[in-house]
This record gives sequence, C-alpha cells and structure tokens, in this order.
Amino acid sequence: MNYFVNEKGYFGDFGGAYIPEMLYPNVEELRTNYLKIIEDEDFQKEFHQLLKDYVGRPSPLYLAKRLSQRYNANIFLKREDLNHTGAHKINNTIGQILLAERLGKKRIIAETGAGQHGVATATVCALRGLECVVYMGEIDIQRQAPNVARMKMLGATVVPATSGSKTLKDATNEAMRDWINNPIDTHYIIGSVVGPHPYPDMVALFQSIISEETKKQLIEQTGNDQPDYVLACVGGGSNAMGMFYHFINDENVKLVAVEAAGKGVDSGHSAATTSLGKEGVLHGSRSILMQTEDGQVIEPYSVSAGLDYPGIGPQHAHLFKTLRGEYVSVTDDESLQAGLLLTQLEGIIPAIESAHALAYLEKMKFTGKENVVVCLSGRGDKDMDTYMKYFGL
Amino acid sequence: MNRINKLFQEKKNILSIYYTAGYPNLGDTVAIAEELERSGADLLEIGFPYSDPVADGPVIQASSKTALDGGMTLKLLFEQLKDLRKTVNIPVLLMGYVNPMLQYGVENFCKSCAEVGVDGCIVPDLPMVEYEELYSGVFEANGLTNIFLVTPQTSTERIRKIDGLSNGFIYLLSSSATTGQNLQVSENTEAYFSRIAEMKLNNPTMIGFGISSKETFDKACQYANGAIIGSAFVKSLKSGKVTDSVKDFMKTFKP
Repeated sequence: MNYFVNEKGYFGDFGGAYIPEMLYPNVEELRTNYLKIIEDEDFQKEFHQLLKDYVGRPSPLYLAKRLSQRYNANIFLKREDLNHTGAHKINNTIGQILLAERLGKKRIIAETGAGQHGVATATVCALRGLECVVYMGEIDIQRQAPNVARMKMLGATVVPATSGSKTLKDATNEAMRDWINNPIDTHYIIGSVVGPHPYPDMVALFQSIISEETKKQLIEQTGNDQPDYVLACVGGGSNAMGMFYHFINDENVKLVAVEAAGKGVDSGHSAATTSLGKEGVLHGSRSILMQTEDGQVIEPYSVSAGLDYPGIGPQHAHLFKTLRGEYVSVTDDESLQAGLLLTQLEGIIPAIESAHALAYLEKMKFTGKENVVVCLSGRGDKDMDTYMKYFGL
Repeated sequence: MNRINKLFQEKKNILSIYYTAGYPNLGDTVAIAEELERSGADLLEIGFPYSDPVADGPVIQASSKTALDGGMTLKLLFEQLKDLRKTVNIPVLLMGYVNPMLQYGVENFCKSCAEVGVDGCIVPDLPMVEYEELYSGVFEANGLTNIFLVTPQTSTERIRKIDGLSNGFIYLLSSSATTGQNLQVSENTEAYFSRIAEMKLNNPTMIGFGISSKETFDKACQYANGAIIGSAFVKSLKSGKVTDSVKDFMKTFKP
C-alpha cells in the first residue's frame, strides 16, 4: 500500500488540486519546483541550520516518568512546545519562507485560527525581511488578542476575515482570494497539511523532522526506533503528519490521531471530522469534511482554536480510509483535565490542542511494556485564559 | 444545434448575466430569468450557492449566504427550474463550486440539468484533468457543455488544450482577480486580449470579471464575442419587486 503522494497529487482517493484557473499558475509553479528546491543541498543546509540555531532543534524526546506510572506504559513526549514561538508550526514556516525566497517572492500571506501559524509566519518574515499579511477571522481576532499583538509587533499586517463564520475557514478563503488577486509576487504559506497539491505533501515534508528526530532519539533511549504507539492531535493535521511520517511504513507502529469532539461527537458542537464528515472538496483538495447533505461546509466547534477546522488533510483521509491510522476523538472536558494532569505530574502546561492527544491515554489499555510517543505539539501559555476560566484559577 | 452554439452563430456583442439562485428571495430564480430575457439578455448564468466561494468577491459571496440562509439547495433549484423551458428560451448555464455537485452526484447533476433544459455549466474549481478523465463523458451524454476559464496568466499551451476540450465558449477573465472589481483596460490587458484573438481559437470567447457598466461592456465587446456581468447586476437587485430592479438595470444596457 502506498500511503504517500502519487504523481497525480493524490493520496489514494484524496488530494488533487481543486482550484479555480486563477490559482493554477501559482500552484503549478510550486508543484513543478517544490521537490527540486527542497532536495537541493544548499536548501537542506540552510533549513537544518535554522532549525538548529533559530528554532532550537532537535526538540527533546522526554520520558515522562510520573505520567508513565499513571498509565502503566513508557510515555515519551516529543517536545515541540519547546520550539521558538511555542509550537511545531515554525518547522513549516521556516521551510516555506526559504522556498518562497528561492521562487523570488516578495510578499507572504497566511491564514491563522488561534494565531499560532500567524505568529510563526510573521516571525520568519521578520527574520528574512519580507512583507507579511495574515488573514484571521474577526471572531478569532477578538478571542486571541495576545497573538494579534505579537504578529503586529513582528511587523505583520493582520487583516480581519469578515465573511461567513469569521473564523479559520473564512480566513483561509480570504488568503486564497488574496493569492488570486496577487498572482505574481506573493507566496501563500498554508499552515497545515491541507490545500491543493503540493501543499499537503510539502507541509508534511517540512514537519517530518518531528518523526525523523524521534526515531533517532528512540534508538538512543530504548534501542528500538519503533514504538508501539504514536499519538497526535488532528485539526488539519500538520503536527500529526509530522509525527507519523517516518513511522507510516512501519506497520507495527500504531498511529493514533485524536480529533476534537468538542462538547461531544453528537452534540452539534464538534470538530470530529472523521466521525461526522463525508468525502468532498474543501480549500483545494478532495478529503473528508463536515458538510450538509447539500454539500455546504458545516462550521466546527472545539475549545481549542487550533483544532477548530471542518476538514482534515488528504493524507489523513487516506490513512483513515485504509485503516492505517486509528482516528478517535476526545471532548473539551477530557482535554482540559488531561492538560491539568500533565501540568501537575510533569510540570508542563500543554497547549489545549496537544492536551487532546494526552487525553486519549485515559482510554487506552497498557500492560506496562509499551513504548508510547505523544506529540506535545505546543505550549499552553496562549491558553491560560481558557484554563483559568475552566478551573477557576 | 444546441442553444449556445446557435446563439454565437447568430449574434455579436452577447450580453450574459450572472445571478445567484435564491437571491434576493428564495423564490425569485425563475422570475429573474424571465425578466432578463424580456429585457434583452442573451445568455443566463444561474449560480448555485456554496458556503466557501473562493473565486468570488464580497457581493456574490453575500448573495450566496443570503440564498443559503433562505434555504437554497441544488435539489430545490432543480425543482424551481422544472418548468423553465416553458417561459425561457435563451441558453442557461449553471455556475457553482464542485462540492455541492459532488454531493448531489455528478451523474445525477447532469441528468437533472438535461431534464430542466440547462445547456451547460461553469465550475471554477473543477480541474481540467479531473473533468477530462472522470466527467466529460457524462456531461456529453447529457448534452451539456462545460465552460472553462482563462486568465492573463494562462499559458498558450494550456489555452489550446482548453479550446480543444470546450464546446460552447471560453470564459476570459479580464484579470487575475476575484469577482466584483472594476475592469481597467491597461496596455497589459489589451495585449492579453489581442494575444487570445490572434490565436484564432475554435471557440468563441466571452469576457467576464470586472464588467459593470455599458461602458465596460462595450469595451469588452471590442475584444470578444460578448461579456458577462455578475456582481454589478447582483448588487442592483432589490428584494421588493425584483423584476423592477431587473428592468431598471437592463435599461442601462439596452436603452
């Protein structure tokens, strides 16, 4: 079974480039150049140098002893929360900014939900001196004031998306519209493994550093580069794809993707895409998405702004459909409790996104021997308001 | 001969009007079509609304949202169009995004189009390759023509390919832009339109995006077989007596 992209830009039945003709030249330019650029020796050297000296990689693989005791397994945390800007998002933005430079682009656009990808994009634009415009839903701008301020301080222009539901999906629409209107000098840094081909493959390649490092670190720490389980949360799915990437062909390694059930899968307030969605096309690729019978996209809900997306990346849809990955979900409450538990057992406050992956440990059965890797995709500083309100801190 | 080919054979300076089904009121779809034909439109593009119309600007997006909130669906649209051909004779295209079409089922969609007398479709986010490999057969079997878009950035080679796959007309975008902006005919635009004209394509061309007035319409007609008006028309529709606003708008084109 091939779990990776084929020459037509598909992962099994999913992927492709469902874009209006206006975007065709932009996407085609990227498609014909991305592998050539990424595989170039100079690119690799500069990419890895920045990941090391600027982002702070490799991120540690930490054996969480007290958490392990609690769940009766060896639980390793891949510490993406320790990256510069506080999450895995920067792995992708470093890669894409270097690529944009090599394509001769002068202007960068991005979409953001909670603001993490927006901050990671504004950061690399400041680093390289490129103009940066970030689209963000009007409602998200109100909810995430500190990240809006960070982007502005970094020199980015934050443009409110006032259409539709005024959240991530609409910010993505607005960024695509900007790209249509600025076809020559602009590169669009998509923040997740979504969008038209080659984005899902390209973003996965940049994030695959997570599993590449994890394998080496597992050998050092356990003598075996294959754990029993790998867990990650999924919104669009970029940290999960990075965490799964080098394990996908290791069929003994169980891949567990944790979606946000919100207030419950059947509550009408959920973002559990694989449970609630059907096959369809959104933001340029064929995948699984939450939609009405008439094919209108349904607005998702999760306490975690980073998981609040109505689709999943096409490669995830393929892993789900072929049963290579196990796609599950946990609720807001379960995640917030798991966030508190990690904080009190290990002294690490996780992002609520990452807490979703941790929350699923409660539902698993272990015998004490299993090696389990959880991707701790981001830190919880940005979520303190939510934690404070929920726990009355 | 189908209605579209016949129109292009018989007429020049073709005026095509786009509007969103179910806007301003859910039940206006057919009344607007009838009034447009009476007032002199040559071709109609009826938009079936989608929640995430990335190729469209604010006006069409807002009309789509109003239509969806009012309860418009593809199923309802085909019910509304059931007796279309009793009162409307000019060619009619449906325009919309691929996802609602996929959920309806592409084959069912084509059959429903044929049943109500729709002549073709414009689906901006349906890629040429997928159309060619998966859907061209069922389109043809139902007598439907698929209209492709061309922008100033589209390569000559790709335009030839599009010309080969088309059987109706080619939709020339005045610039690489979302809908609802003003046509500025710069030197670059002129060079692009002239380049297309010199290619001597098999299919006629229509210019769209940015055509908002008699002046821009006439300008566009210098370079193509006609032009398409969308946002400017949708913006002019008032929910009171909708046929009056159609008449008023059309007066500016066909005084």
